[in-house]
Amino acid sequence: MSFITGVGLTPFGRHEGSSSLDLMSKAAQSALDDAGLKRAEIDGILCGYSTVSPHIMLATVFAEHFGIRPSYAHAVQVGGATGLAMTMLAHHLVVSGVCRNVLVVAGENRLTGQSRDASIQALAQVGHPDYEVPLGPTIPAYYGLVASRYMHEYGVTERDLAEFAVLMRAHACTHPGAQFHDPITVADVMASRPVAMPLKLLDCCPVSDGGAAFVISRERTGKTGVRIRGCAQAHTHQHVTAAPSLSELGAEIAIARAKEATGLAISDVRYAAIYDSFTITLAMLLEDLGLAGRGEAAARARAGHFSRDGEMPLNTHGGLLSYGHCGVGGAMAHLVEAHLQMTGRAANRQVRDASIALLHGDGGVLSSHVSMFLERVR
Amino acid sequence: MSERLADWTRGEAAIVFQTCTACGHVQYLHRAFCAACGTGGPREARASGRGRVYATSLVCRAATPETRVHVPYNILLVDCAEGFRMMAHGDNGLAIGDAVTASFKPFAGKLVPYFTKEA
Repeated sequence: MSFITGVGLTPFGRHEGSSSLDLMSKAAQSALDDAGLKRAEIDGILCGYSTVSPHIMLATVFAEHFGIRPSYAHAVQVGGATGLAMTMLAHHLVVSGVCRNVLVVAGENRLTGQSRDASIQALAQVGHPDYEVPLGPTIPAYYGLVASRYMHEYGVTERDLAEFAVLMRAHACTHPGAQFHDPITVADVMASRPVAMPLKLLDCCPVSDGGAAFVISRERTGKTGVRIRGCAQAHTHQHVTAAPSLSELGAEIAIARAKEATGLAISDVRYAAIYDSFTITLAMLLEDLGLAGRGEAAARARAGHFSRDGEMPLNTHGGLLSYGHCGVGGAMAHLVEAHLQMTGRAANRQVRDASIALLHGDGGVLSSHVSMFLERVR
Repeated sequence: MSERLADWTRGEAAIVFQTCTACGHVQYLHRAFCAACGTGGPREARASGRGRVYATSLVCRAATPETRVHVPYNILLVDCAEGFRMMAHGDNGLAIGDAVTASFKPFAGKLVPYFTKEA
């Protein structure tokens, strides 16, 4: 068995003067404090990457900087799915007896450390260097392509997608650490600047500074345990040009494997933490995972189904869309929030029952997927 | 294995695809082998340039000075007649399902495939 024994999260937004290592250290210290563990008790380190400060050995750079001599350490790179992929690996390292306590950490000064253009350009390189990048696509354009097709096949509208931006902003307004605190409406999203149609500015997550960390342990340390019940991945392609049809994407494969591994069903889930780089990402993943029927996610959002008091509270911290997106740490915030909800520490955001949570991460252009079930144990 | 056919990625006004000589798998991203069965030396051929629009995204915010001068430009995924999908540019008004034909246009210092509605 493995438990998430501690979580740490910085506010997202501007951290003027903080390096990636600073933000990683801050989050890591919070996670250690939360777990009640000391540096010497950490024997494994997994870290993400930093586009601002790339390094071929970031895990040992961080370990030295933070003051840990682990018996197992390396970086992991699966784009937006990295946080959950590291958690899955930590789970297996702990369960197989390789490590007792694995620190999973990521952080990046992506907003203040480089220009927005540099950030957009760096990320566009997930495209094919010969067959895609010369055409001048951006990450929003890759997802814009997917969005146009999804809308065409399932009758989803731009107003439908806007619901998710509104929902994530409403949630962010209740979290002091979120990058954005001004409520928005569907009309605001519709009127926002076009970026890569059908996606407009408010359909896109921002670029942020921030850090996040967790500790995955063999033994629980707190009075309420959060156990990793099971997880699974699926990788169907890298480039959107080579993506399978909408009905064969990796989210459906990953969730089917995770359900099989855990014996859990979607009807068991009480809290959802789903990757939301763009409104279309969230809409599609909710439907691919079975948290809504095809083309029905927006109607559910509109009816309050995914709100804090709704049947399936979703990303109550505001998600990537409004808590912010600092690279690998961005989607790790979803797990931190799930942990706070499961342990009854989400303050004014607390949901009634978060006994079983479903987490899902997506990297590339719906290329890499990780589905994970967490269970509260007392 | 025969010489690689030049295509737009190498400055030639052409779209090239590969067909596996063993399993018949068609692939667009060039490789020395078939990605489906692994057989080496897939047969290369020039595509007709005819296809149907699978997806579109009009880029209004570009990330480099070279691409910014072209804004807005329409990025497409096109399902080509020969059975492969490719990314390209095209007319701004194109809709999913439109029958299209390829030509080539300069973009940010390179030649890129550009699709217009079939007459």
